[in-house]
Amino acid sequence: MRLGGKLLSGAFWLLAALGSQNASGAELLPYTVRNDSVPAPLGGLSGDPRRGRDIVLDRRRGNCLICHSAPVAGEPFQGELGPPLAGVGSRLDAGQIRLRLIDQSRISPRTIMPPYYRIEGLRDVDPAYRDRPALDAQEIEDMVAYLRTLTD
Amino acid sequence: MSRGRALALMVMIASLITPLITPLPTHADPLPSGTGFLSEDLQARQADEAANPGMLWVDEGARLWQSPQGATGASCASCHGDATTSMRGIATRYPAVDATSGALLNLEDRINLCRTRHQKAEPYPYESDPLLGLTAYVARQSLGLPMDVETGGAAAPFYAAGEAFFHRRQGQLNLSCAQCHDDNAGRSLRGDTISHGLGNGYPAYRLEWQSLGSLQRRLRSCSFGVRAVQFDYGSPDYLALELYLAKRAQGVAIETPAIRR
Ligand code: HEC
Ligand code: HEC
Ligand code: HEC
Repeated sequence: MRLGGKLLSGAFWLLAALGSQNASGAELLPYTVRNDSVPAPLGGLSGDPRRGRDIVLDRRRGNCLICHSAPVAGEPFQGELGPPLAGVGSRLDAGQIRLRLIDQSRISPRTIMPPYYRIEGLRDVDPAYRDRPALDAQEIEDMVAYLRTLTD
Repeated sequence: MSRGRALALMVMIASLITPLITPLPTHADPLPSGTGFLSEDLQARQADEAANPGMLWVDEGARLWQSPQGATGASCASCHGDATTSMRGIATRYPAVDATSGALLNLEDRINLCRTRHQKAEPYPYESDPLLGLTAYVARQSLGLPMDVETGGAAAPFYAAGEAFFHRRQGQLNLSCAQCHDDNAGRSLRGDTISHGLGNGYPAYRLEWQSLGSLQRRLRSCSFGVRAVQFDYGSPDYLALELYLAKRAQGVAIETPAIRR
């Protein structure tokens, strides 16, 4: 039942918070934007789609389902603020997905999607999260690899 | 053109465009209260005094209202008499600027000011049961009355600061209050429905807290959610924001103590 589920979900929505211990601090790896894409993997890292799936679902890391739906079973609360992720692997190539995860606002300035690999131009960041990106380069690459598998 | 005429012309132009740039109430009709986004069960519990857990705090507030406090030994009732008449409608006007100090006060601060100024007692800490109780008790006397805060005059700079806060992106997740509570109100955020972010039910009983909590406690949760600085209780930032929220709630009926998830 709706109410019961909601009560159980109790834990706070964006509460992504507290997590991201992985985000390794200070310096961002350099990358090059071409049109709407970052063609080269960050730091030349290769992504693992299984880890990427975990990050997308993990409320303390990607927490992407707060806004998106994804074709995964057993996830009762799927978001509706962003487009469904199903089929994104056929709509966008890896470089295009990468830029959207790094900083969606480069494509749509008024977007509500957080910038996951950016530290400049943010204000009033909680001291616990200051000066490091929301996700690290490996996590970005893992999610790119996972999203590329969502072809239907 | 003489300086006098130039000035007159500027004044005339200014008076023509002022209506366009004066902040009008953002919405002609009152925004819907957060209560409408609750399940029917919870709405019914909120409306039923015997089932609403927030009423425990209201009852405690009623007791404190009569209780002699501080060096003066005066109770709230000694000066204000019967709250059902003296406090009726008061909460609809808060936050408000205190004429003596020029400070913006929310209802909690106003009550604490009576403790220090008039009872010669210590202020209650934010989120303490006595302060929540008295605040809820005073606000309860305005149940059903429409919010109606002053935002001009001495309140204007506070209002402007609150409005700016509401609209600027903040935190590691880089979201403004407006992006959720204006642009996406009514849509669901993983099992929660985003309301318009009004304070008309506060202090409110939140199931997640298992307690009554102030509006500022709720604001701290929203800041936390976007990984932004959680300002201290009573900080000027949140006070100004409270004033802006109260103006957004213009015409919305007070529902303290509301129930929230
Ligand atoms: C606060 C809401 C929000 C969150 C959280 C969010 N997104 Fe988004 N996302 C959006 C919106 C809205 C769009 C549509 C683009 C725009 O804003 O113009 C979008 C677009 C996208 C796109 C492009 C989709 C397409 O078909 O063009 C991808 C890929 C994406 N998001 C992946 C993610 C991933 C992965 C995460 C988690 C790490 C995430 N998003 C978290 C709101 C969000
Ligand atoms: C000794 C008299 C006295 C006592 C005791 C007292 N007050 Fe007051 N209160 C005042 C006066 C006088 C004002 C008008 C503003 C001022 O001068 O501080 C006021 C103003 C207020 C207001 C704002 C009313 C408005 O119109 O905005 C509230 C709310 C309030 N008091 C609540 C309380 C509560 C709750 C208590 C008990 C904790 C209390 N007061 C105790 C004298 C008192
Ligand atoms: C990511 C989206 C998001 C952002 C950004 C956000 N909130 Fe919220 N807010 C929520 C959700 C979800 C709730 C709980 C459901 C509801 O009542 O809207 C909530 C609740 C509230 C409430 C309680 C409403 C009620 O009726 O109980 C207020 C007030 C509020 N927010 C104000 C703010 C302010 C002010 C800001 C900016 C500092 C802000 N929020 C930022 C999502 C957000």
